Amino acid sequence: MTTTAVKPEEYDVQEAIDKIVAEYGAKPSALIMILQDIQKHYRYLPESAMHAVSKSMKLPIAQIYGVATFYRSFSLKPKGKNHVCVCTGTACHVRQATVIVDKLRRDLKIEPGETTPDGEISLETVNCLGACALGPLVTANDIYYGNMTVSKTEQMLNDIRAGKLSAKKDEVAG
Amino acid sequence: MKDPVLKTTADLQQLREKLQHNRNVNKTVITVCAGTGCLACGCESVAKTFRELLASDHMENEVELKTTGCHGFCERGPLVVIQPQGVFYQRVRPADAKLIWEQTIKGGKLVNKLLYKDPQSQQVIKLEKDIPFYRKQMRLIFGRNGYMDPTSISDYILLGGYQAMVKALTTMKPEQVIDIVKKSGLRGRGGGGFPTGKKWESCRRAKGEPKYIICNADEGDPGAFMNRSLLEGNPHSVIEGMVIGAFAIGSTDGFVYVRNEYPLAVKNLTIAINQAREYGLLGQNILGTGFNFDIEISRGGGAFVCGESTALMASLEGKVGEPRAKYIHTVEAGFNDKPSNLNNVETWANIPLIVERGPEWFASIGTEGSKGTKVFALTGKVNNTGLVEVPMGITLREILYDIGGGVPNNKRFKAVQTGGPSGGTLIVETSDAAIHDSLVAHGDINEDDEPHSLLDLPVDFDELTRAGSMMGSGGMIVMDEDSCMVDVARYFLNFLQEESCGKCLPCREGIVVMLNILNKICHGEGTMEDITYLEQLSQVIIDTSLCQLGGSAPNPVLSTIRYFRQEYIAHVRDKRCPAGVCKDLVAHAIDNTCTGCHACVKPCPTAAIIGEPKRLHVIIQDKCIQCGACYQICRYNSIKRVKRGEGDRIQQRAREMWQPRITDKQPAPVA
Repeated sequence: MTTTAVKPEEYDVQEAIDKIVAEYGAKPSALIMILQDIQKHYRYLPESAMHAVSKSMKLPIAQIYGVATFYRSFSLKPKGKNHVCVCTGTACHVRQATVIVDKLRRDLKIEPGETTPDGEISLETVNCLGACALGPLVTANDIYYGNMTVSKTEQMLNDIRAGKLSAKKDEVAG
Repeated sequence: MKDPVLKTTADLQQLREKLQHNRNVNKTVITVCAGTGCLACGCESVAKTFRELLASDHMENEVELKTTGCHGFCERGPLVVIQPQGVFYQRVRPADAKLIWEQTIKGGKLVNKLLYKDPQSQQVIKLEKDIPFYRKQMRLIFGRNGYMDPTSISDYILLGGYQAMVKALTTMKPEQVIDIVKKSGLRGRGGGGFPTGKKWESCRRAKGEPKYIICNADEGDPGAFMNRSLLEGNPHSVIEGMVIGAFAIGSTDGFVYVRNEYPLAVKNLTIAINQAREYGLLGQNILGTGFNFDIEISRGGGAFVCGESTALMASLEGKVGEPRAKYIHTVEAGFNDKPSNLNNVETWANIPLIVERGPEWFASIGTEGSKGTKVFALTGKVNNTGLVEVPMGITLREILYDIGGGVPNNKRFKAVQTGGPSGGTLIVETSDAAIHDSLVAHGDINEDDEPHSLLDLPVDFDELTRAGSMMGSGGMIVMDEDSCMVDVARYFLNFLQEESCGKCLPCREGIVVMLNILNKICHGEGTMEDITYLEQLSQVIIDTSLCQLGGSAPNPVLSTIRYFRQEYIAHVRDKRCPAGVCKDLVAHAIDNTCTGCHACVKPCPTAAIIGEPKRLHVIIQDKCIQCGACYQICRYNSIKRVKRGEGDRIQQRAREMWQPRITDKQPAPVA
C-alpha cells in the first residue's frame, strides 16, 4: 500500500473499470474480486466506479451496493494515506490488544474505521491476521509490528508521521 | 493452448525419476521458513543475505537456498534449518545469517547462540526433530512444508506429489475412491466433523450437471491460521486432493474460496494452479486419462458468515453472503443451484495421504470416532506458539505442556478456548483462589470443593463437544490467570454481533441483547437474574437460528458460565473482576516491592504516576484510566490490579512498609 491514490475525477472511470472487468470476465462470480481490485486502485469504492461496474457487468446497481456494504473489506469512504490496522483476534485480545486500540484511539482522536481529519492516518481493526505468535500485532501500511506495547505504539505513530516507515521494514522484529 | 509438459502418467513417473537422479542427497540445503509469522519477523532479509553470500562465494553447486512454507514453530521465528542434517536455528537475524554462513556452512561448526535451548531442562538442542515442540507431533500434512519451496512444482513431485492422484485416476473407479475415504473415517476438518466419504457419496448421487467442487479457505476464525499456512506452504497437496475428489464425485469445475486478507496464500495458490495446468495435472485430459478438471480462485470479501457453506456459495455467485435454510442440501443444490461438494483446506490435504497409504493406515491413527491427525493453532498465553499437528486423542496436557511448553512468566493456566467464536472455553486448572474463598465465605461451595480440571481430556471431535466446546477449525487459545472469562465471552459475542449477516431475528437481535447483558456485568451493574436470563436466552437462540453462526453463538457464554460461574458471580455480587481485566471494576496500585526504577512513568498516558527514581512510586487514582501500560512494563511485578476503590488503601500500606532496595537509605517520599 503506497501513499499515492488515484482520484476518479482525473480520467475516464468507465474505461478503467471496463479494463478491470475484462480481466475476470463479466460473470457475477467475479464481482467481489473486481470490487477488490477497484478498491486497491482508489483506496475506496467511489460512486462513479460503482455505476461503471453496474454498466460494465450488466448487474443492478442495488446488487453492487449490496455487496459493497455487506463485506467487511470494502469502504465507501476515502481512506487515509497511511493505514494502521490492529489485530484483535482472540490471541491478540488475551494479550491486551484492547489497550493498544485505546492508545491509538486516544492519540489519533478517531475511532476504528475512521480517518484523521488531515487524511494522514486511517485506523482499523481486523479479526485475525494469522500471525498469532506475534500478538498483540499491529500493521502500519504493510509493516508488521509484533508484541506491541503502549510505548512501541507511540514510536510507530512518530515513524508514520515522520515518513520513516519504509526504512523500518528491515529491522522490524517481534 | 500450449501442449502440457506431461502428457501421460508415465511422463510424470519419468520426471520424478529424473528429478531423483539429479538430486545430490549430500548437498547442503539452507531452508529459511517464509511463513507469515516468520515473514513478519523479517525472514526476507535473512534469505536475501544468504542469497548474496551464496553468489559472492560462488557456492551454488554445493549449497542450495530454499525459502519454504511454515515450519509451525512461529514463536521462534525466523527459523533456519540446515538440511540434510536438520540443524535448527531460531530467531535468526540478517547479521546472524553471515555467522551461520561462515561457521556452519563453510566451517562445519554450530552457532551455539542460535540453537534452541529447552526452557525446562536448559538443554541446548541441535536438531529440529529433537525439539520437544516437534517430538510429540505427527506431521503428516505439514511435514513436507519444511522440505519444499511452495512455488516449485518439481519439489512437490520429487517428494512423491501427484502419485496418489495417478493411483486414483488410473487404478480405481470413482466409487472405489469414495469407498476408501469412507473406510478411512475422515471427518470434515472445517469444524462440523461430518463424514467426508458420506458427503462425497451424496454429491455423486445427486442429479444435475455440472457438479462443483469447492475448497473452503475462508478461515475467518480469529486465532486460527492452519489453512493459511497450508495454502502458503504446500498448495499442491490441496490441488491434488481436489482432483481426486472431483474424479470421485464426477465434477469438472472447482473453486477455492480464499480470504483476501491472506495475500501470500492467494499468490502461492495462483502459482501452483498455473504450474499444475502447465504440467497437465489440471485442465483437459489430465495426464492422458481422459479426465477433465480445472480450479478457479475466488477471493472472499471478509465476512465470517461466509465460512457457512450456503453463505459461501451465495458469495461465490457474487451476491451478499447470506446463508439459507438447508432443507435442500448443498450437495444437491449449491453453487448456481447445482450439486456442490464443499470441504475445508485441511480435509482436501488429507485425501492424497489416504489414497496413497490406504484407509486402514489412516484409520489406525486417532480415536474410535475421530481418525487421523488434526492441526491446531496453539496461541495466546503459551510459551511455544505455533501450528501443531497431533494425532486425535492426544490429551490437552500433552498439547499444553509437552508441546506448548507451559505458560510464560510463571503464571497459572486457567483455560483453553477451542473452536473459535462457535466453540467454548474449557477450564484446565483450578481457578482463582480469591474467588474460591469468596464463594466459600458466601456459602456457595464447600471449603474442599475444587473446580475440576480438564487437563486429561483426550482431544477429538466427540470429547470436545461433550465438554461443551467443539473442534472448530482448530484454534486453541490458551489463557492464564490474567484473562477474565466474562470478558472473553463478551469478546466473542462482540465479534459475532458484528459478523451476523442479520438475515434472521434470533441471531441479529438475540446476540445484541446477550452482549448488552455481558457489558452490564463487566461494568459491575449485573444482577444474579442476568446470569439465569443469559442461559435461557442462549437456548432460544440455539433453537431458532437459521444457520450455525447463530446456532453456536451462545457457546462461548454457556461454556464460561458452566466452568467459571464463580467468576460471573464475583462480577455481579462482589463487583470485582478477579483477573483484573474489566476496567470499571479494577484499579491499579503500586505495592511496597517497587524499586523506583521509574520505567512506568513514561508510558503512562495521563501522567498519573509520580515518584522520583529509586523512591516509591504512586499512582494517582483519580487520573488513572486503567490502560494497563504500567502493568505491562513493570519488571518487578509491583503494580497490582486490585478491586476498584482499593487502590489508595494499598498504596498507603505500601508507603508504610516501603524499604529502599538499593543502598540508598533515604526515607520514602510522601506523595
